[in-house]
Amino acid sequence: MAARKKQKVHIQFVANGEEVEVAFAPHKTLLEVLREDMALTGTKHGCELGECGVCTVLLDGQAVLSCLTLGLDVEGREVTTVEGMSVNGELHPLQETFADLGAAQCGYCTPGFLLVAQELLEKNPDPGREEIKEALAGNLCRCTGYIKIYEAVELAAARMRGEEAEPARETVYGYE
Amino acid sequence: MMRLPKFDYRVPKKIRDAVRMMADAGPGGMFVAGGTDLYPNMKRRQQTPATVITVARLKELSEVRWDSARGMVIGASVSLTRICDHPVIRDEYPAVASAARLISTPLLRNMGTVGGNLLLDTRCNYYDQNYEWRKGINFCMKKDGEICWVAPSSPKCWAVQSSDLAPLMVALGAKVRLVSAGDDRLIDIADLYNHDGINYLHKRPDELLTEIHLPPANGTRAVYKKLRRRGSFDFPVLGVAAALDLSEDGTVSKANLILGGIAPAPVKVREAEEMLVGHPLDEERIRAAAEACYVRARPLDNTDFLMNWRKQMARPFVIRALEEIHRPDAGPVTFEC
Amino acid sequence: MATNNGNNGKPRKVIGKPFRKVDARAKCTGQTRFADDITLPRMLHAKLLRSPVPHAAVKSVDVSRALRLPGVVAAITGKDLPIPYGILPVSQDEHALCIDKVRFIGDPVAAIAAIDEDTAFEAMDLIEVEYEKLKPIATIEEALETREPRIHDYGDYGNVHKNVSLEFGDMDEGFAEADLVREDIFFYQGNTHLPLEQHAAVAHFDADGKLTLWSATQTPHYVHRALAKTLQLPASHIRVIATPNGGGFGGKSDPFNHEVAISKLAMMTGRPVKVALTREEVFYCHRGRHPVLMWVKTGVKRDGAITAMHFRSFLDGGAYGSYGVASTFYTGALQTVTYEIPRYKFEGVRCFTNKPPCGPKRGHGTPQPRFALEVQVDKISEELGLDPAEMRMAHLAPPNSVTANYLRIGSMGLGRCIEKVVEGAGWKDKHRKLPYGKGVGIACGSYLSGAGLPIYWNSMPHSGVQLRLDRQGGVCVMCGSTDIGQGSDSVLAYVVAEVLGIDPFDIRVVTSDTDLTPVDLGSYSSRVTLMTGNAALQAAERARELLTMAVAEKLGAPIENLSFAERRVFDVENPETGVSFAEAVQMAEARFGTIGTVGSYTPPASPGKFKGAGVGPSPAYSYSAAIAEVDVDPETGIVVVERVWIAHDIGQSINPMLVMGQVEGSVYMGLGEALMEEMVYRGNRNIVHKFPSMLEYKSPTTLEMCDVKTYLIEDPDPNGPFGAKEVGQGPLLPIPPAVVNAIYDAVGVRVDEVPATPEKVLAAIRAKAQGKEARFGPKSVPEVLWPAPLKVQTPAEGGDGKALPREAVHARD
Repeated sequence: MAARKKQKVHIQFVANGEEVEVAFAPHKTLLEVLREDMALTGTKHGCELGECGVCTVLLDGQAVLSCLTLGLDVEGREVTTVEGMSVNGELHPLQETFADLGAAQCGYCTPGFLLVAQELLEKNPDPGREEIKEALAGNLCRCTGYIKIYEAVELAAARMRGEEAEPARETVYGYE
Repeated sequence: MMRLPKFDYRVPKKIRDAVRMMADAGPGGMFVAGGTDLYPNMKRRQQTPATVITVARLKELSEVRWDSARGMVIGASVSLTRICDHPVIRDEYPAVASAARLISTPLLRNMGTVGGNLLLDTRCNYYDQNYEWRKGINFCMKKDGEICWVAPSSPKCWAVQSSDLAPLMVALGAKVRLVSAGDDRLIDIADLYNHDGINYLHKRPDELLTEIHLPPANGTRAVYKKLRRRGSFDFPVLGVAAALDLSEDGTVSKANLILGGIAPAPVKVREAEEMLVGHPLDEERIRAAAEACYVRARPLDNTDFLMNWRKQMARPFVIRALEEIHRPDAGPVTFEC
Repeated sequence: MATNNGNNGKPRKVIGKPFRKVDARAKCTGQTRFADDITLPRMLHAKLLRSPVPHAAVKSVDVSRALRLPGVVAAITGKDLPIPYGILPVSQDEHALCIDKVRFIGDPVAAIAAIDEDTAFEAMDLIEVEYEKLKPIATIEEALETREPRIHDYGDYGNVHKNVSLEFGDMDEGFAEADLVREDIFFYQGNTHLPLEQHAAVAHFDADGKLTLWSATQTPHYVHRALAKTLQLPASHIRVIATPNGGGFGGKSDPFNHEVAISKLAMMTGRPVKVALTREEVFYCHRGRHPVLMWVKTGVKRDGAITAMHFRSFLDGGAYGSYGVASTFYTGALQTVTYEIPRYKFEGVRCFTNKPPCGPKRGHGTPQPRFALEVQVDKISEELGLDPAEMRMAHLAPPNSVTANYLRIGSMGLGRCIEKVVEGAGWKDKHRKLPYGKGVGIACGSYLSGAGLPIYWNSMPHSGVQLRLDRQGGVCVMCGSTDIGQGSDSVLAYVVAEVLGIDPFDIRVVTSDTDLTPVDLGSYSSRVTLMTGNAALQAAERARELLTMAVAEKLGAPIENLSFAERRVFDVENPETGVSFAEAVQMAEARFGTIGTVGSYTPPASPGKFKGAGVGPSPAYSYSAAIAEVDVDPETGIVVVERVWIAHDIGQSINPMLVMGQVEGSVYMGLGEALMEEMVYRGNRNIVHKFPSMLEYKSPTTLEMCDVKTYLIEDPDPNGPFGAKEVGQGPLLPIPPAVVNAIYDAVGVRVDEVPATPEKVLAAIRAKAQGKEARFGPKSVPEVLWPAPLKVQTPAEGGDGKALPREAVHARD
């Protein structure tokens, strides 16, 4: 068989705090590189056209859509996926509250919401409900009606500010 | 999964390298900044450039400069999020910051750029479809086909100008700088747009949009109103940009009224502007201007919502835009339509 | 039958508590493995070539050029999979790849397996298909008018798939008794599930000649059946594993062509094959809400008591049968379970059209008639000068009763639901009292907790659970149910943990694997909590019994004294005397051998014995009431729903937080259907889907979602595990009618169809201003040749649930 021209590019970047090297076809998006070439399947996809927010990752701390980011464009940069949110097995406070409040139903949109919420709380440690809605307006969820997600973000924000916060009774039992 | 076709990717660090690469690439070359418009189009095979040249690493394109006498220069690669949050833009050109905040979603604003928004490909729901779908209708004249499905007897394409910033920048009298291997020109942004859904820009493909120049605000009052189904994601299906200068006695001394989202280019409604200039901005004048906009608004059936309703929305949206200029501190005011 | 109570009358430790889901950690850390996350060595990637024409004979399909493309490994066409399948035994009308005709844009004709998806995509353009176009049929009206060509060569006649007529009681007498008779026409537009996960599957034909399919399916049991049939393999050589569903809502309840096609490709190539659909293809899979046109004639007394109801529904079924026969009956089944309807007649017709097939979406066939009924009740209350909430309260169907159409109602908490929302919303201060542009509307609903009959009629259980206890104290619960996000895996763990006195997170849950788990019919019709819950309860109680006997003997304590809690088994009169749970298992294992128990659940027999009585019966009905508060902009017609108060009769919450999540999610989805979601096609352009994308199929974002105040009403049902009823679907039902009733309260116009888009609202406002009928909605229904009704005397008339002999029935209306 005749040797084909080399088709892959080879780059280095920081993925979830670790320096990595990866080779992939140059027309691949970051979404494809993460899932197919690095087995980081925590990043999901719902349309691959920028219409749902499911594939969100953090690029140098900023939330972006991995489906519209070329893999080549992350060379030398820092990428955080949902796998990088917990450190040494300890969950990020957002992951804890999303789990505790049922903010993840099917769980498919969850990585995207978690990362956008992380970006939000880094910029604004005490967001109001309207600010949370605005910040999460680029992520669709079909299961929760978003309410448990807001409540999880609020609870995590309070805990990250050092408050000893617990969920409101009506959040978990409904109104009396 | 929707995937990109194969292409050559170039990463210049200087403007002159970028434009030279484009000259080398010829008609198969395209610039990309945030990628939020081009890459979906490439995945759907609406645009299939052989060479893609990123301008994301051009430092000159990510600067914002301002001085009170000369106005503002915004680099074309400044992200929409930065436009929303930039303190000087928020102070001097609040309408620009708030219009930018209405664009798509926070994620896409993190990625998308001001230049990319101004050059946004025209949109049409016969065109913004997957390859297989377009094959099902035997394609359209904007890509791979012969006919305009929106207006089958039309010789030209009716895809819609869908940028939120374009009508506002036209209303504000912005200029854009276009650089190519052999040329460097500054033109009125109004002259950038062309009423043809295919050739929707008076910009040669080899020209790179590098800067947006905004004149000093000098008390011009501007607003932008956007009609769309949802509070995020959606492109405008009607945009109303109004920029008015009011003299001390409240008379309108200058008026720019631009409609977006209804035609292949921003639509300047001179009739409405003429009704306002030289008069106080009262209810009667506002209604007359709104009526003139309603007459000029002739959307076709190629976006979300029924076209007749979109046309009807020109009245209340113009009224609300002008009312906001008239009484910026008052709450929303409604008129019977 | 399980005893469905708790732990010797002691306070419950797990049931009714807001525990985390057992899979919550995995879902919040990206570790949950969805179908497209699976990669196997040497795996190939498949794509399906779909028809670009809506209705055509397929003259030829030639894959030879595609096969020559480097990287293409296999290609198949309809000829390779000649055996049809379908979810219902009466509608075996699908082929994995079309053989002699295509029926909608998106119907697949060939499949490619290649070394990567790019190559498979490229190969699609090399497949040559010759079509001979047939007249396409776009609407219910066209389908009723067009006898030829037929989209299918089966069905009741022409392009009518199913035509039914049922009559319960003396209708003439009923309408004669009425003080007011109203006739209204409504339309409920079709919409789709839009799960965020696009369908995906991986097939592997392994070395010992057995097939494994991993798929994002809600119904692995039915996929298993379809594969055995179409591939002609023994069912015992096929293993279907349902991966966690990234959203289902009914959209992953049919066996799908891509599942069959990749299984065949895996068998041909001996390599694993993956398919991951694009979003556009998901729109073509569809099986979503049927567009339904409805005509309702209702007679009422002056106090609002219904004397008779005649309901007609016209369903646009799309190109295939899917669940459509059941959907048709469902549009006529549950009208009777909320307010007393002593006499009832239903006529329904489902048509084939050249569009993606409709099927079950959250509420399956019932949100459409519920919308019609609740809006008509609002109109009736106004005409009678009654408060719509009070009128509903005054005529509730009684608990523990049998309806005119032979549905057995058990617990019935709708009255308490209405009271809660009326109080919470401040209804009495708002209804007809808010300023122009603001309004409130009320509506109710009810839904099944699982269907009384299985899809393939048999007398086997609907749900089975196996429980294995090991000597280290480990407990593994195995069940065929599929977690689609609703938390069914967690329900199994909670039930078993409650009974055995252990922590739910001590339990290993193994589900939805046809090789390892006993059959559960699937995650549809809101059946899982009630049915698998009862099966799990029975298995756990049997295990507890074994442990109790062994421990009682060892401790010398009376059997009735033993209690299970805090991972211990102890004497309640002397709590110090006891053993750890693991020791209890060891004692039981020493006495009885390996400890494994089973539980199963079969619903009670339905009182209805007539043909058609199979759709509607359920072990228990959930109830909901909702009030929506809206802001309508009279100049644009734009409606903003500001808040919804909703009360749901859950029977008993297994986990109130997860119940809340289902209620809020149902409100969300109902809001989307009420305001914006619709599947629409360009009739003049080949019946192409107008916008098969996430961007243009409008679903509510955070900025459209309203505030929700949720009240959970607990009125345990004797048939539910611990009294639990369903919540996954029912709370959607009252939302669309509550919203349009609120629009009426706000601006005085009726929008008799959903979605209530701004165009429609403004058109009605303009019509009113011009002195025309203050309404937007359909004005007529088509003529249909209804079959002679099957007549059944109601229980009140002394009926026995059987149809009257045909001879006694006079001919057509």
